Amino acid sequence: MRAVPGLAWLEIKLFLREPLTAVFVLVLPLVVLYVLNGVFGSQPDPSVWDGHSPVDFYTSAYVALVLATIGVLSLPVHLAGYREQGVLRRFQASSLQTSTLLGAHLLVAVVIGAAAALTLTGVSILGYDATTPHDILGVLGAFLLVSVAFASLGTLLGFTLPSARAAQGLGVLLFFVFLMLGGAGPPRELLPSAMLRLSDLTPLTYAARLLRAPWLGEAWDLTATTVMVGLLLTSTTLTTWRLRAG
Amino acid sequence: MTVAVRVEQLRKRYGHLRAVDGVSFEVAEGEIFGLLGPNGSGKTTTLECLQGLRHPDGGVLEVFGCDARTDPRGVRRLVGSQLQESALPDRIKVWEALRLFSTIDGNGQGWEGLLDEWGLSERRNAAFGDLSGGQRQRLFVALALVAEPRLVVLDEMTTGLDPAARRVAWDLVAAIRDRGATVLLVTHFMDEAARLCDRMAVLRSGQVVACGTQDQLLAAAQLRSVVRFTATAPADLGFLDHLDGVDEVIRAPQAPVIVSGQGPVLARVAHALVARGLEPADLRVELPGLEDAYLALTEDVEPTDADRR
Ligand SMILES: Nc1ncnc2c1ncn2[C@@H]1O[C@H](COP(=O)(O)OP(=O)(O)O)[C@@H](O)[C@H]1O
Ligand SMILES: [Mg+2]
Repeated sequence: MRAVPGLAWLEIKLFLREPLTAVFVLVLPLVVLYVLNGVFGSQPDPSVWDGHSPVDFYTSAYVALVLATIGVLSLPVHLAGYREQGVLRRFQASSLQTSTLLGAHLLVAVVIGAAAALTLTGVSILGYDATTPHDILGVLGAFLLVSVAFASLGTLLGFTLPSARAAQGLGVLLFFVFLMLGGAGPPRELLPSAMLRLSDLTPLTYAARLLRAPWLGEAWDLTATTVMVGLLLTSTTLTTWRLRAG
Repeated sequence: MTVAVRVEQLRKRYGHLRAVDGVSFEVAEGEIFGLLGPNGSGKTTTLECLQGLRHPDGGVLEVFGCDARTDPRGVRRLVGSQLQESALPDRIKVWEALRLFSTIDGNGQGWEGLLDEWGLSERRNAAFGDLSGGQRQRLFVALALVAEPRLVVLDEMTTGLDPAARRVAWDLVAAIRDRGATVLLVTHFMDEAARLCDRMAVLRSGQVVACGTQDQLLAAAQLRSVVRFTATAPADLGFLDHLDGVDEVIRAPQAPVIVSGQGPVLARVAHALVARGLEPADLRVELPGLEDAYLALTEDVEPTDADRR
């Protein structure tokens, strides 16, 4: 465990040296924020977004989207690549435990997620007059749960998918599903009913709800909490099982 | 003698393929021990089982008395390895890799010295992805040494290196041993094995077909040495046929006499000739080398994968 901080720091540096991933995670959400704000303006519309102003609704959705992207795209591509190229073998042949390696990656996912979340929140508040979080501790807790849950899903995918290419394919697909159906795109109220049902199956929907409630000072969302904790536990269990079998 | 590595009746299957099928050998502390054998003969699998990177199906695996099957972490602390199929992240820098592995495996010190020793100082800020093949190999070997391991495992470290770089690598392996470490080395090159290894095991289809010093392997291969000389009257040399160990004598007119056989053929031929007053000035012997022994040990009926199911 001694090696976790050193490894995590190195991984953060490696992340920043990989321009494409860094852009995907850190810059793309800002672009989407900019575009959608242009489209929807800043006037609350009682018929959509649960009556919130678009920017208030979308900021939490984007923070969730970024955390999910790190989980289903960056992390699996990275880990599957490590497996494919033999980097993982090199680590396993040292006295590093796989759990330490995973711990470091989890830490990196949370740190990068935090950087992206802060940027997004800052731009929303300063640039688009979004509400500052009502319950900072609540938002922080929700952030940690969502971040760790998606990161553990990412670890599972990274250790299961056959190649980095497969991970990339699935990751990009999930990214667009999340974007369109998870509340980060068109307002739910406008989705046809079949899509709405799909939206209810999308973990991002719950991640966004979990973050939004404390942010806007609403009651803590228990359904969303259950879904996220479920995602975390399932992924962790399956990853442990996968590593034992491996 | 301290036993550095003990492998007994190691077995490992991949599906139906018996990749390692009852391999046994021992390496003494301070030795350079070679694992030789054609592609697919199970060398890498043996090393991976030994380091706890694969679960064997059966057998005993010990490194300095530490059981690789029950205590793989303990073994990894004793072993530094350069694996055949491994890599580092493309964008990691040379010094970062060395520092990282020195904090993982050791006390985080001493890695700066390895930079100099392995000729990597000038490339310390280069990314792994930008290194040449030789530089990567040197970095891997440096990483294997970073925690001052008692056993160093090198899997085809010179494959892909040009001849000059191979010579340099040989000196470095000798240097590793001179520091007191034991070396377990996989190679395809017989000149490399002959030059470096104190003892070696030859694998074929997952089994050890010969094990010992170079001389012992030569003896095991039962190769013939060939003696040649010119004689003024080849027809009078019938006595050569009856010498101990001689299998064949070719006496053609206008050509050198060729005597082939096993054992000390040269001494026997020379003695017989001198006893009869014959002293050919060009008496010469061609001794079989390790390469010949290796080919003889591994060639006959190389089984296909289907035979190993
Ligand atoms: N992960 C694996 N899955 C299935 N077969 C494998 C695997 N690794 C190696 N093999 C097979 O096992 C045999 C021994 O391989 P290996 O130990 O790599 O041999 P060597 O290192 O002597 O070339 C080969 O036939 C190889 O194809
Ligand atoms: Mg091999």
